[in-house]
Amino acid sequence: MKTYGLLVDFTACIGCKACMETCKEVNRLPGGLSDELNAENYSVVKQQGDLYYRQMCMHCLTPSCVSVCPVGALEKTSAGPVNYDGSKCMGCRYCMVACPFNVPRYEWDKAAPVVRKCIMCIDRLAEGKEPACAWVCPMGATRFGERDRLLEIAHARIKKYPDRYVDHVYGEHEVGGTSVLMLSSVPFADLGFRSGLPHEALPELTWTVLRKIPNIVFTTGIILGGVWWVINRRMELDRENHKSDSE
Amino acid sequence: MRTTSLILSRKNLALFLPLAGLSLILLVFTLVRFTKGLGAVTNLSDAFPWGLWVGFDVVCGVALAAGGFILTGIVYLFNSERYKPVLRPAILTAFLGYLLVCLGLMYDLGKPWNIWHPLVMWNPHSVMFEVAWCVMLYTTVLALEFGSIVAEAMNWKKLVMAFHAVAVPLVLAGVLLSTLHQSSLGSLFLIVPQKLHPLWYSSLLPLNFWLSAVAVGFATVILESYTTSKLMKRGLELELLIDLGRFLWLALVVYLTVRLQDMALRGALSHVLDGGLESTAFLIEMSLFASALILLTIRRTHASKLGLFFAALFALLGVVMNRLNVSIIGLVSDSGVKYFPSWGEIVITATLTAMGFTIFFILVRFLPIFPPDEGHPNHVPTAAKH
Ligand code: SF4
Ligand code: SF4
Repeated sequence: MKTYGLLVDFTACIGCKACMETCKEVNRLPGGLSDELNAENYSVVKQQGDLYYRQMCMHCLTPSCVSVCPVGALEKTSAGPVNYDGSKCMGCRYCMVACPFNVPRYEWDKAAPVVRKCIMCIDRLAEGKEPACAWVCPMGATRFGERDRLLEIAHARIKKYPDRYVDHVYGEHEVGGTSVLMLSSVPFADLGFRSGLPHEALPELTWTVLRKIPNIVFTTGIILGGVWWVINRRMELDRENHKSDSE
Repeated sequence: MRTTSLILSRKNLALFLPLAGLSLILLVFTLVRFTKGLGAVTNLSDAFPWGLWVGFDVVCGVALAAGGFILTGIVYLFNSERYKPVLRPAILTAFLGYLLVCLGLMYDLGKPWNIWHPLVMWNPHSVMFEVAWCVMLYTTVLALEFGSIVAEAMNWKKLVMAFHAVAVPLVLAGVLLSTLHQSSLGSLFLIVPQKLHPLWYSSLLPLNFWLSAVAVGFATVILESYTTSKLMKRGLELELLIDLGRFLWLALVVYLTVRLQDMALRGALSHVLDGGLESTAFLIEMSLFASALILLTIRRTHASKLGLFFAALFALLGVVMNRLNVSIIGLVSDSGVKYFPSWGEIVITATLTAMGFTIFFILVRFLPIFPPDEGHPNHVPTAAKH
């Protein structure tokens, strides 16, 4: 199956916030538009100087949030979106701690809270439509497509307009790559994006330890059981010797 | 059995009144927590989603229960009868510790009624999944180990025999589960190399957590024996405590060697004198460990009750500090917010902990937790007499 993504070109964004509004409608999110991601805003348009830029879930190719969720409430679909199922979630908030982009938000004021984040309009994708934000964007600043194709486009733009872009497609390599890709005219670190992220997917850090567990359990179990058996056997023998001595 | 007059004595009343007051406050905060949500009682936020309840109630709570697997391991697997007198207090503490952890989780989880989900919804790639299973399984093991003490006190012969038959496999399971659980609490933070301060982030986090759990296990046993002996005017097994002190010394030395070596190799030692919040927190942690080591090394203190008491206390506080550093303080600067627990968080944590202690001292009176103390002039026969 093809894997899709979004390409967000900050230099094309005019800051109209149509994406934020349609996101609210499609996901039935209450409240007004916000400047920061929160439980009622899956995506925000921010401004720095003349530059407008978006912040949202990056839909990592190997997402930390999916790997850490104990109940599998988060899932990376083969089409690209990282989906969330609130009915499974128990609210440990490990996904929030683990996400390298600090994306998932929580309903702190609800008695039965759930995690909130962009799910790349997974239902619209199933209907053959593109995500609402890409569909509504008047400037084509957010564009939907196959990830490979979007990468080509991104690099072509950088090549064609080297003065306009920094030579960095954010999300191409970060934590093993993300389905959402970004282009900017200023270094991403200046906009508050985490820079210097490793090119390897982070879940591997955990898995190198976790995969050793069966081995550790088995070996320690055998060793401890063995120690018990040896000591116990010796004590039994001692006791028997004592008995036969006194007889 | 002791008479019920004891429950109504003036001394106990003095204990129960403040406890009743605390329970009332707890009730109010609990109501707010479960009707208005986590945000109403905590200082948690999207930028800082884990706070005191995870950092102390869960991560430290589990550490404080480490005496259980250390002592059961020594007594049952290594067949060392010598340490039997301190076995039961260790089991009781561990059991209460884990009950507290479970209770703490009830407050901290956003939807605690889904706490059973990991039983049927699996994700073996998640450390939290491992943690969840360890909590469930080890609490069960501890309940059974504690049950065997109750069965003996009640003189239920058949149950006692049944427990006796499964004691060794049960203990073995407990040691394995504890090993996994203690280390997995460290593994929780392996996935945030960019967020956790380099003074604490290490690929050896799971090992560090396990080693410090071993140390804290010995420390809690020393502390319990000392405090209970003071409160209940029992004789103290000094020789035994001195030996436990030796183990504690060894565990600390191994733990600190591994950690400092690892820090040196990672080049993290350069952050020690940085000045800010992290280096201060780190230095506090290390001073606590150093104080414990010094007390355990000096001849006069390592063989005195008070010296051992303080050594154990410092070691325990050192481990608590370390776990708070990893789970809270080391994450503050990356989060960009200044998290400090709210009154609600502090009160609920403090009340739950106080209740744990109270239950411990009540149970110690009514169950044969500490062995009958024949040598002591005021020795009263306990319920354990068969
Ligand atoms: S950006 Fe965060 S929330 Fe989104 S997929 Fe990646 S890890 Fe998950
Ligand atoms: S908060 Fe919910 S979605 Fe996030 S890791 Fe925990 S159980 Fe999974």
